[in-house]
Amino acid sequence: MASIDPRGFRPTRRAFLGQAGAAGLAMASVPAWADTTLKLPLPGGPGERLLTTDFPQKGQMILQRTRPPLLETPFEVFDRGVFTPNDQFFVRWHWAVIPNAVDADKFRLTVRGLVDKPLSLSLKDIVYGLPRVELAAVNQCSGNSRGFFLPRVPGGQWANGAMGNAKWMGVKLKDVLNRAGVKAGAVQVRFNGLDEPVVDGAPDFMKSLDIDHARDGEVMIAFAMNGQQLPLLNGFPLRLIVPGWYSTYWVKMLNDIEVLDKPDDNYWMKTAYTIPDTPHASMTPGQAGVKMVPISKMVPRSFVTNLKPGASVPAGASTLVRGIAFGGDTGIAKVDFSADGGKSWVPATLGKDEGKYSFRQWQTNITLADKGEHALMVRCTNGDGVVQPDAPNWNAGAFMRNVIETVSVTAV
Amino acid sequence: MMLSRILAIGLALSSGSAWAQAVPQLKSVTVDLPAGDRQFPGGAAADAINNNCTACHSPGMVLNQPNLPKAAWDAEVQKMITAYKAPIDEADVPAIVAYLVEAKGAK
Repeated sequence: MASIDPRGFRPTRRAFLGQAGAAGLAMASVPAWADTTLKLPLPGGPGERLLTTDFPQKGQMILQRTRPPLLETPFEVFDRGVFTPNDQFFVRWHWAVIPNAVDADKFRLTVRGLVDKPLSLSLKDIVYGLPRVELAAVNQCSGNSRGFFLPRVPGGQWANGAMGNAKWMGVKLKDVLNRAGVKAGAVQVRFNGLDEPVVDGAPDFMKSLDIDHARDGEVMIAFAMNGQQLPLLNGFPLRLIVPGWYSTYWVKMLNDIEVLDKPDDNYWMKTAYTIPDTPHASMTPGQAGVKMVPISKMVPRSFVTNLKPGASVPAGASTLVRGIAFGGDTGIAKVDFSADGGKSWVPATLGKDEGKYSFRQWQTNITLADKGEHALMVRCTNGDGVVQPDAPNWNAGAFMRNVIETVSVTAV
Repeated sequence: MMLSRILAIGLALSSGSAWAQAVPQLKSVTVDLPAGDRQFPGGAAADAINNNCTACHSPGMVLNQPNLPKAAWDAEVQKMITAYKAPIDEADVPAIVAYLVEAKGAK
């Protein structure tokens, strides 16, 4: 067998062209994104990724997959504020058939199933015909940080940037359902978007929420993100917002809502995106007989954003350390910081509260007296008293990572 | 008019927001998405994986994966066939798995 060197895809322009030429590939043009790279610190690799600006309405993103797009937010973006810019908000699609055009006048959202009056709503009906609501909320991929799981797990090999926080504007799902009139016997509500499988018979991507959750007044249908219409790759024109829940439920290009009289057993609910029904959704590799349940609420996380692993800081002088935290399905009670690898902890100062589902900035000042390596750690406790665990979880989907993060820095 | 009355109610309710963002006028969008038409490297050894796998996803998804045991690659290919209905020719499965093990096998 010919030797295969995936590093042939190492993305300097020269290497890319050389590899393509050697493989005798028909290249119509050199992609604009073959310019810049970075290395994600994934254990065992490969960590090399392209930084791409080749996607519409998006700025510089980490290219995890071109088609269907998986684009990660470069981590330094999270140091610039608690709201993630639309053009650097992460992107994750399951199927490659994604409409590349949406006509704002012709688009319709249908509401059907177990309702008194099926609806077909235009964007004007939604934007101007229902009470508007606004909410800041973190949108995080179930598999954010998958690349750090050990043993490693196949799937999108994200570092920590498959998450973002935005001010969402839209209408309450509850108001839309009330307009259609939910009939007695409703059990769940299923959401579908305009994306489609490439292959006939493959499972269309759909997600469902229990009827009470759907009508809780918080779940919303968003038409704006940070004051602008959504980028197409983030779900233009409408996206379901499920505050406190993982992004898998935040259906993009939402165009169909179906009220169901029984629990949804479609593939994306019953099989995909399921987690062990155990503390921290944790199991041991190969463990048999684990009860699996659909993933749901997020758990607290916190990150240092202004110091990268391996950074140098002055010994014996005060250094500002800051970052972001979020509580998961509720607000933040406290963020604690340790400059000695977790032996002692001090509370960090919290920044402006933008709402319980938002990122919140934290900061503290540290003085590292001794030269050499120091392990900086940050730990968030949410309003329900849920605290980030000391040990990483593991499951076969590599979902719900929220271990206490450690950044090693060197005092010089 | 009904519409203006509803609009007024909507504005009144949204006035409690902390940010009071303006409502953007939604405009039609047409974009070009990168095709991701690169092929798996490796010449003839990559024929099976190029012929069977790139319709649904670009090669980068695979090339960014960690090294995994052969059993894991077997399971991935079977998952594509059974769960995602990938129309993979059964006769090509051994060559696909062989490629994955060669390129991305746990050493």
